[in-house]
Amino acid sequence: MQVDVANVSKVHFSMKGEPLLALLDVNFQVEKNEFFSIVGPSGCGKTTLLNLLAGFEQPTRGELKVGGRVITAPGWERAVVFQEYALFPWYTVVQNIRYGLRRKRVPEPEQRRLVDHYIGLVGLGGFESRYPRELSGGMRQRVSIARALAVNPSILLMDEPFASLDIQTREYMQDELLKIWQREPKTVIFVTHSIDEAIKLSDRIAIMGPRPGRVEEIMIVEFGRPRDPTNPAVVRLAAEVKLWLRQQVFGSKSAEDAPHADQHMAG
Amino acid sequence: MSGAGRSAIPPPSSGVRAEQAREKAGYAAVEAPVRATAERRVPVAPEAFARLAASMVPPPPPTWRRALARICRLWLLVAFVVIWELVSIFGQRVNPQLDVMMPPPTAVISAASDLMTRGVLFTHIFDSLYRVLLAVGAATALGVPLGLAMGWSSRFRFAVDPLLEFIRPIPPLAWIPLSILWFGIGDVQIVYIIFLAAFFPVVLNSLAGARDVDPYLVQAGLSLGARPRELFLTVVLPAALPHIFTGMRVGLGIGWMALVAGELVAAPSGLGYMINNARTLFRSDYILLGMVLIGVLGLVLDYLMRQAARLVMPWHKGQ
Repeated sequence: MQVDVANVSKVHFSMKGEPLLALLDVNFQVEKNEFFSIVGPSGCGKTTLLNLLAGFEQPTRGELKVGGRVITAPGWERAVVFQEYALFPWYTVVQNIRYGLRRKRVPEPEQRRLVDHYIGLVGLGGFESRYPRELSGGMRQRVSIARALAVNPSILLMDEPFASLDIQTREYMQDELLKIWQREPKTVIFVTHSIDEAIKLSDRIAIMGPRPGRVEEIMIVEFGRPRDPTNPAVVRLAAEVKLWLRQQVFGSKSAEDAPHADQHMAG
Repeated sequence: MSGAGRSAIPPPSSGVRAEQAREKAGYAAVEAPVRATAERRVPVAPEAFARLAASMVPPPPPTWRRALARICRLWLLVAFVVIWELVSIFGQRVNPQLDVMMPPPTAVISAASDLMTRGVLFTHIFDSLYRVLLAVGAATALGVPLGLAMGWSSRFRFAVDPLLEFIRPIPPLAWIPLSILWFGIGDVQIVYIIFLAAFFPVVLNSLAGARDVDPYLVQAGLSLGARPRELFLTVVLPAALPHIFTGMRVGLGIGWMALVAGELVAAPSGLGYMINNARTLFRSDYILLGMVLIGVLGLVLDYLMRQAARLVMPWHKGQ
């Protein structure tokens, strides 16, 4: 389903009650089955945007549409994968994955079939009756992805899903996500602060800037998958985006110091 | 890092060329062991590792030895009882009044068997337990829904909170004169006092539990299609359960204290009554027996509550 974000602004209130502009005139469209990433520094309104798409919050101005219909509440066609997994600690792996199917009143045998299918898809066979706290971070996130996929959404909203995983697990999960996405095509809207991650996964990347949060640029990533992060063209693109983003966030003066910063990062 | 093996080949610009480069560099030989580890890692079930772990450590000691070890850890308690016994027995030779002032533990035991043969001990215990369980049960039945509702709806909370916070600081014991006027001397009056004591911890903890729900879990529930009633039953209630149990444990503890106080003032039976009655008869061994029983029963009730919590919340780390 196509996603349409038109002139969306959102005002939040600070602790003191002062209005803050979290998003200003955000515009973009996401095509059916596109992998669309939103990157930007923290505080640029990425999560706010995702909350609006999920239907947890309403925009102050503008409209968000899915398949031509305005988003007013959460719905099964838009499943959410959270950074901290948000698994129900009191439910086992199976019960967590089944949660949405139950709410959807899917017949019992069909529930069982779907749960089995998605447990296989995310490779969690043998862990069906474990509680989330008995699983590693990567496994929890796989449960969370299976739970989201089980309700058969046309759009998958992912809010920094791999940010709290270690690097090896993160790269593995990125590959797994791509495999799943290629096997069962869906529109994915993927929020991340990692430019490398966005370049590895996405068809297009919206780059957001902070204060107020807005979409500064939308880039098309034209490399074929799987993408090699050591490919010089990929490296060059990532470097360009990082430099550009740094200029946006810290101003041009800091950008001159950027090479030094890079050396520190490498060391 | 993953790049360690790859640095030997020139940087490839596409996936296809990388494959070719690997073949040219004779990569198959290097890749073989990597594949072997991958094959070994996948199919092993965690249960197999659990068995392996068990085979690596010595078997646990038999149950009776573990029980013995546990009793040995109670040496301070044992020493306390022994010293008390010695002090009160030998102290009586110096000061005969000590017989009444501080009866030895053995006297407490014989008092227990004495009261048991007369059949009154279990009546007192049963009456006290009955009152406490009835009162705490009522406090739970009313307090948990009230607390959860207050946590669920802030409008409801704003309405109820001032009234609750006004009544809460009044000690349950201050209610005794009025409650005797209302209910007379008997079970109802004492149950009412215990109820008042247990009610507020139950309400406040349930309230905290309902407000403490991880907002991401609520969002997850909503995005997976939970209606308000389902959200309450499948997310808010289980999330609040640990707090609810804490409230019940605290309520039970405070209720138990209120029971004894209530029975001391006015009651036809119960452990508090037994203590007060023994005081008029100058039977300090009965007084001590009552105190010990109150302590032990309080401990047992709390233990049972913890076990119930573990049974109801298998996912929870335990308290």
